[in-house]
Amino acid sequence: MNRGPSWFNIVSMVVGFAFLYLPIVLLVIYSFNAGRNVAVWEGWSTRWYVELMSNDQLLAAAWVTIRVALLSATIATILGTMAALALVRGGLFYGRSLFSGMVYAPLVMPDVITGLSLLLLFVAVGFSRGFWTITMAHITFSMCFVAVVVQSRLISFDKSLEEAAMDLGAPPMKAFFAVTLPIIAPAVAAGWMLAFTLSLDDLVIASFTTGPGATTLPIKIYSAVRLGVSPEINAVCTILIGIVTIGVIAASLSMKRKEVRRRRDERMAAAANAA
Amino acid sequence: MAKQALGPIRRSFAPWDDPEAKPLIHFRGVTKRYGDFTAVDGIDLPIYEREFHALLGPSGCGKTTLMRMLAGFEEPTEGDVLLDGASLKGVPPYRRPVNMMFQSYALFPHMSVEKNVAFGLKQDGMAKSEIADRVAEMLTLVRLQDFAKRKPHQLSGGQRQRVALARSLAKKPRVLLLDEPLGALDKKLREATQFELTDLQVDLGMTFLIVTHDQEEAMTVADRIAVMDQGVIRQVATPAEIYEQPASRYVADFIGDINILEGRLEKGANGISRLVVPEDGLVVETDQPVESDAQNAWYAIRPEKLRVSLDQPADIAVNTVSGEIWDIAYLGDVSIYHVKLDNGTIMRATTANTTRLVERPISWDDRVWLTWDRNAGVVLTS
Repeated sequence: MNRGPSWFNIVSMVVGFAFLYLPIVLLVIYSFNAGRNVAVWEGWSTRWYVELMSNDQLLAAAWVTIRVALLSATIATILGTMAALALVRGGLFYGRSLFSGMVYAPLVMPDVITGLSLLLLFVAVGFSRGFWTITMAHITFSMCFVAVVVQSRLISFDKSLEEAAMDLGAPPMKAFFAVTLPIIAPAVAAGWMLAFTLSLDDLVIASFTTGPGATTLPIKIYSAVRLGVSPEINAVCTILIGIVTIGVIAASLSMKRKEVRRRRDERMAAAANAA
Repeated sequence: MAKQALGPIRRSFAPWDDPEAKPLIHFRGVTKRYGDFTAVDGIDLPIYEREFHALLGPSGCGKTTLMRMLAGFEEPTEGDVLLDGASLKGVPPYRRPVNMMFQSYALFPHMSVEKNVAFGLKQDGMAKSEIADRVAEMLTLVRLQDFAKRKPHQLSGGQRQRVALARSLAKKPRVLLLDEPLGALDKKLREATQFELTDLQVDLGMTFLIVTHDQEEAMTVADRIAVMDQGVIRQVATPAEIYEQPASRYVADFIGDINILEGRLEKGANGISRLVVPEDGLVVETDQPVESDAQNAWYAIRPEKLRVSLDQPADIAVNTVSGEIWDIAYLGDVSIYHVKLDNGTIMRATTANTTRLVERPISWDDRVWLTWDRNAGVVLTS
């Protein structure tokens, strides 16, 4: 029996996707609006994209955001991977369950609290707030996400692979970089991507920890919107959506290609045995 | 590779009987505890150069822990492991001249077959051309020369097993450790590989230490077997000795099938002693020299040493019992008979089916006699 999807399924799918994507589609369409008024459609134009290119403030904010995201994601990935290794491999050290609980805590902590506490810390220590404080704040909360992602991969990692590397003469560090890291690399990369996007779209923590001269794009957009939505903002957001979409599609395509190749290889190996 | 005749090598090889021989590996009073649990309990075991030694026992008996202490993944709580007379205490796994073939093979999934085999050589800083030569030699040895560029997931189970073997042999270790190496293979392939392993070991002139729970595997490949149970070694001997002269009921029962009768020993004349089973007056005679008189003992006899006959034997002087056929298992090559003796004891007897018979002469409920020779069984005191 080969029935298509029922009407109920089709309706719920349409409604669901409309909820998710209609606002985004509207935003993209309005970014091409010729008029200044956001609510009135005056015809197609790329005018706001051109104007965006000469808006130094927005471009500067974008540049700060990308720098913060790249730096914080990279450091968070290193620290998060180390934390995951310690939690999975450290054996039963004293206070281990406390530590693993503490790694998860920031995941559920409201951003406002994380932001406020970091602000208090920076004030108490006497750091001048700006680029570095935002970066540090982002490292703090995104490394937990990395740790969780890498930890789940490490749990299923066959420890005898590392032992085999050591047995064959590789000291522990060498064994890690030659064997463990390449195998868990997809999880580490996923952790980096997650940290990068978290940093990219964080508003709350960034606004707590920012200072003069370091305005990130979300902060900029938020403050601009308070003065009225300008089509320029729509254009910025459309570009962001475009970047994210391309990234997601590229990642899933390469995963799919790898999977297909692996299946084909396994089929060939099986066929070779049967012969 | 020209195949050597195994006979002369294996027949004359018995360094453990030579008091002058120095062991290559020596476990000395090795104990390993995890908290309250004692995994390995004071083991003394010398293993000699060119020996194929098996550690045999059920899972959890400490055999793998013992091997891992030689590989360096575990440190003994007490005692010492010696290699060539030198202590391995504090020597990390990557500095020990032993290599291990893992149960899961532990092939590096992101490396090709040749990269896997070359991994250990690279760690030693061997020259590139030399590595290439050695890898080619190893792959030829395991007949995988056409698979050098494949990744592990592109290979069958048997091929992966051979890559793992080639990788652990590539560095020409002083000792090759094999941790349940054939467990993942099907029966036919496993049996073929067992013979290949013994050939390989003799050809390379290396020392192999295998951990297995499969007694047939241990008996096929090993020069000597150490039977382990709950962290201690119950007996170390050649496969034939383990089977024919088990040291205790545990060993007798663990290796193969056996009938065990409990009774009291009576020392007799002419070197012939008797074991009397109290309740039913069954008397077993043995020519095995026994040390003490009138002590509790067990008589153990293998099922294939019992003769089964439908007719009452003419001379029923010694070691004859009668009973009914309780159950029969026809396995093709042999038949197993469960014989219920008149006192209720069930004894197992196996006979080789040397002729092709459509009708089996012995059937259920038949009255049969079991007879055996005085030297067919062993008297055990523990």
